[in-house]
Amino acid sequence: MSEPVIKCEAVYKIFGENAKKMLQDSNGNVDAKTFQENGCIVGVNNASFEVSKGEMLVVMGLSGSGKSTLLRCISRLTDATGGKIFIEGQDLLQLNNKELIELRRNKMGMVFQSFALLPHKTVVENIAFPLQIKGIKTEDSINKAMDMVKLVGLDGRENYFPRELSGGQQQRVGIARSLAVEPDIWFLDEPFSALDPLIRKEMQDEFLRLQDKLQKTIMFITHDFDEALKLADRIAIMKDGIIEQLDTPANIVLNPATEYVRKFTEEVPREKVLLIEDVMESSTTDNLGDLKVLKDEIIENVAEKILTQEKSVAVIDNNNKIVGSINPTKIINTVFGGRKNNN
Amino acid sequence: MELIKKYPKLFQWLFLLIVFFALCFAIDVPETYKFIRGQAEFVKDPNQSSFVFLGKEVRYYAFDVFWRLPPLLGWLPIWINDSLFFLMNEWMPIEFWNEDTQEYRTRPLVLQISRNLTAFMTFLIELIREILLGGLETIVAFTSWDWIDKNPWAELPGLPWTIVAAGSAILAYKLSGKGLALFAGLVMVYISIFGQWKPSMQTLSFILVAAPLSFIFGLGLGIAAFKSKRVEKALYPILLVMQTMPQYAVLVPALVLFGVGDHAAVIITMVVAVPPMILLTILGLRAIPPEVIEAGRMSGCNNWQLMFKVLIPTARRDILIGVNQVIMVCFSMAVISAFIGAKGLGFNLLLALNQLNIGLALEAGLCISLIAILLDKMSLAWANKQTDYFGNLTFYQRNKNILFFVATVIIGIVLAYVGTFLFKDSYNYLFEVPHNKGISTADFWNKGVDWIFDTFFVYIKAFNTWLIQDVLQPMRALYLRMPAVATLVLVVGAGYLIGGIRSALVVCGLTLFIAFSPWWDRALVTAYMATFGVIVSCIIGFTVGTLCFQNKHSASFMLGVCDIFQTFPSFVYLIPVMMLFGITDTSVLIAVIVYATIPATRYTIEGLRSVPVGLHDAATMSGVNKFQRLTKIEFPLAFPHMMLGLNQTIVFALFMVIIGAFIGTEDLGQYILKALSDKKGAGIGFTLGICVAFIGLIFDNLIRTWVEKRKKHLGIN
Ligand SMILES: Nc1ncnc2c1ncn2[C@@H]1O[C@H](COP(=O)(O)OP(=O)(O)OP(=O)(O)O)[C@@H](O)[C@H]1O
Ligand SMILES: [Mg+2]
Repeated sequence: MSEPVIKCEAVYKIFGENAKKMLQDSNGNVDAKTFQENGCIVGVNNASFEVSKGEMLVVMGLSGSGKSTLLRCISRLTDATGGKIFIEGQDLLQLNNKELIELRRNKMGMVFQSFALLPHKTVVENIAFPLQIKGIKTEDSINKAMDMVKLVGLDGRENYFPRELSGGQQQRVGIARSLAVEPDIWFLDEPFSALDPLIRKEMQDEFLRLQDKLQKTIMFITHDFDEALKLADRIAIMKDGIIEQLDTPANIVLNPATEYVRKFTEEVPREKVLLIEDVMESSTTDNLGDLKVLKDEIIENVAEKILTQEKSVAVIDNNNKIVGSINPTKIINTVFGGRKNNN
Repeated sequence: MELIKKYPKLFQWLFLLIVFFALCFAIDVPETYKFIRGQAEFVKDPNQSSFVFLGKEVRYYAFDVFWRLPPLLGWLPIWINDSLFFLMNEWMPIEFWNEDTQEYRTRPLVLQISRNLTAFMTFLIELIREILLGGLETIVAFTSWDWIDKNPWAELPGLPWTIVAAGSAILAYKLSGKGLALFAGLVMVYISIFGQWKPSMQTLSFILVAAPLSFIFGLGLGIAAFKSKRVEKALYPILLVMQTMPQYAVLVPALVLFGVGDHAAVIITMVVAVPPMILLTILGLRAIPPEVIEAGRMSGCNNWQLMFKVLIPTARRDILIGVNQVIMVCFSMAVISAFIGAKGLGFNLLLALNQLNIGLALEAGLCISLIAILLDKMSLAWANKQTDYFGNLTFYQRNKNILFFVATVIIGIVLAYVGTFLFKDSYNYLFEVPHNKGISTADFWNKGVDWIFDTFFVYIKAFNTWLIQDVLQPMRALYLRMPAVATLVLVVGAGYLIGGIRSALVVCGLTLFIAFSPWWDRALVTAYMATFGVIVSCIIGFTVGTLCFQNKHSASFMLGVCDIFQTFPSFVYLIPVMMLFGITDTSVLIAVIVYATIPATRYTIEGLRSVPVGLHDAATMSGVNKFQRLTKIEFPLAFPHMMLGLNQTIVFALFMVIIGAFIGTEDLGQYILKALSDKKGAGIGFTLGICVAFIGLIFDNLIRTWVEKRKKHLGIN
């Protein structure tokens, strides 16, 4: 596999006066409580992971668990207290100011939770802003920004000020702005959480459509498990600065690494997460019905079909080869019974 | 006992008052005490005691220390004065190259710096002045007198007034639109045909140097303070004192450092105008949401771009208020600095006031106010201007304003040229209307004033007598009757009750400074006038504000009125009151009241407006009527903001009381005015200024602390 786009090695972020020294003394064993007693707040605690090209990593966790702080470290809006961060093989913390600015101008885009639009600029000026900062001619940057306006469906409002837009529209501007420089890496910090459910769904669909087209490497923060499931290739779950588990949605639900993750995923509707493959029996009996289902189908999509069957259903792979079977009662158990007494 | 437990604060206050009055009655007025008037204080008197400190002799009338503290700080003004002179004339002599004499000379460093600054400022002012009015100093600065003698064509003729008028209208049009253009044009035409052109342009050239410089310095220092905690800490106390320092008082040291003239006026204006600009810049930058800054960073801004493309524009609102303040202060100073020889409308205004020519004063005052409003509106429009990227403009459309301006320049020159034939024997009215040849309404106003005086003399006089005899004199006597110790106890006790030990100490220090200065009695007089003004202003302001708030339109209208009134230079307020009440304390007090009512009204409306709409609805739903809503919900919530208005009211009132010295009062202001014409007055003027500033700061501290507590209590930020 090619080099990961983002790579973190034992990243720490600790707020406070003598955070650096305390981190050194602790030898990497950071205990939030002891640090707090000494006036330090632990933001990120020993985070190591990789994100490969075109992948979407969703970061989840309760409020204050350090999601934003992690993102800020990787975009170097704050300097990590310890650890190493590589962006496409470049050591982020070793970059000087100029290189960092170059990196941000060409490679990174970020969408903020509270939109963070410039209040004195119109929609199109806001979107053109990163381009103008790069030194692109006004006319070209405005033209490019107009394309972006169309992309996010705000045509006709390009001369509005942020204060004249609804929350959803403002966030579209934020998204368009972060995309204007055509970054390879895209950070989104709870981009949709300020929006109402209807608009949020609309934006999620639009976001998927965009990602389908653009294939960026994405780190996406959210509070909303449904949203995570809909978007994520992999999910990271954070608690008190520690990444408790980082895995595919199915694995997180099926094999929670810690008690916390299990609690966290308890309410998640399994049928939305799990694939047929995850619950099928690999032993095949001869007593199979006529229906065949693909092994990487999400249960929710085929549950109805399977439930009309009386016999077990054959599970096939992409080559139409039977790889296992599934019994309708298994489906019923997964959908209705599986939540409380998880195995 | 039950009661005491229920209202502990109330009883603490009562106790404080009882102690205060007990002290007042227990300490008798010494028999020898009289409120010493005027010059007598400088006369040597065998009854005086004296002490020597730092080689300065301080003489004073000694009283019981409970009655009046001895002036232990009496040496301070003399010491400041001597230090200033030492700095100017002896400290750190350096060698420098003299262009004129072509040789090295030695001069003290400070003097040299002051000379260089002076030359620079003078150059800037002359440059603008000569573009507007004509002259040759600027050309000479680049060449020499000999050169100009040989090339007399190079002397700048100045722009004909028609061009300036049309130019400002076009500029206003470009910035804002038809309305402002019309206003700009009318103002300029008015100035011209009323014969105020020359002084107006002199004032304008002064402003056009002072305002941008103040803006740049204020913004720069504000940014520096925003970026570095240490700079902020160093600046903060100076800013605080400068906020409450009367503008008069700054004049005096400036006189020593920079001499007399427009350049000194510009420097002094900067000293006064920069602090509010700094404060507002810091305030604005602080209020920027951190995410906006991060968004700027992620867009790849370097530090410079971040500051000028993200931070400053985002903080625009507060910075604009700063600009507005700068312009206000500049115009105010344009008048006041006439005392130290600034030319222009201010000089004319003071002269007219001095001669009691109310009509002339009114005309000059009106001109200043009009220009002030115009500049204020134009700067506002400039900051709010938007670019249009999408119009597919032709060359003509794109450059239409410049083309228009070129056309007016040509037409203006042609007209001026034609004028030389038209008005062969008299003045060329198409070039410039001379000062005394314009239309003047002065006679009309003067006659009006006379008429008012003749007709209403009896009533005015009766009112005047009543006010002075039955209200002011007793009030003043009461203030002077307070023993120093009683006053101290009252103020410090109030500080303790409001803000705890910290506030008490601060307030105590400030009060002691005044008490140990030689001017405690004068300070009491200042305090009495300010108190009277503040009380009346607050009553008027709170009432008017509350009434106007009942209706959206009247509230906006009133705020607009406040805006305009605030733009008037403070001296202008003296004109109408002198029209009505002549030279009396009443005049000063009424000017104080009018001036100080502005912030009282404004903050009342703003405070009431800041009450969340949700609460209104909630209150209405729970069946509260309008009056109950006002007293039960809106007033309590708006009260902290209204108290900040009280703070401003006090500062405004103090400023006006001090300016009132020009009419003739017996307080600190009178001494500042006197110090202006005293060769050794610098130290005195400065110390007096500090005393006034401290009076303001005492109230400032008390009110702010109270407001903070109250806000926390109410849970509003
Ligand atoms: N500048 C700072 N100084 C001190 N502590 C900070 C700072 N920024 C964040 N923290 C602390 O770090 C911890 C993690 O904060 P962070 O903003 O990353 O949380 P989050 O997971 O993004 O929460 P939310 O979902 O509410 O956005 C919190 O306990 C917070 O108090
Ligand atoms: Mg966050």
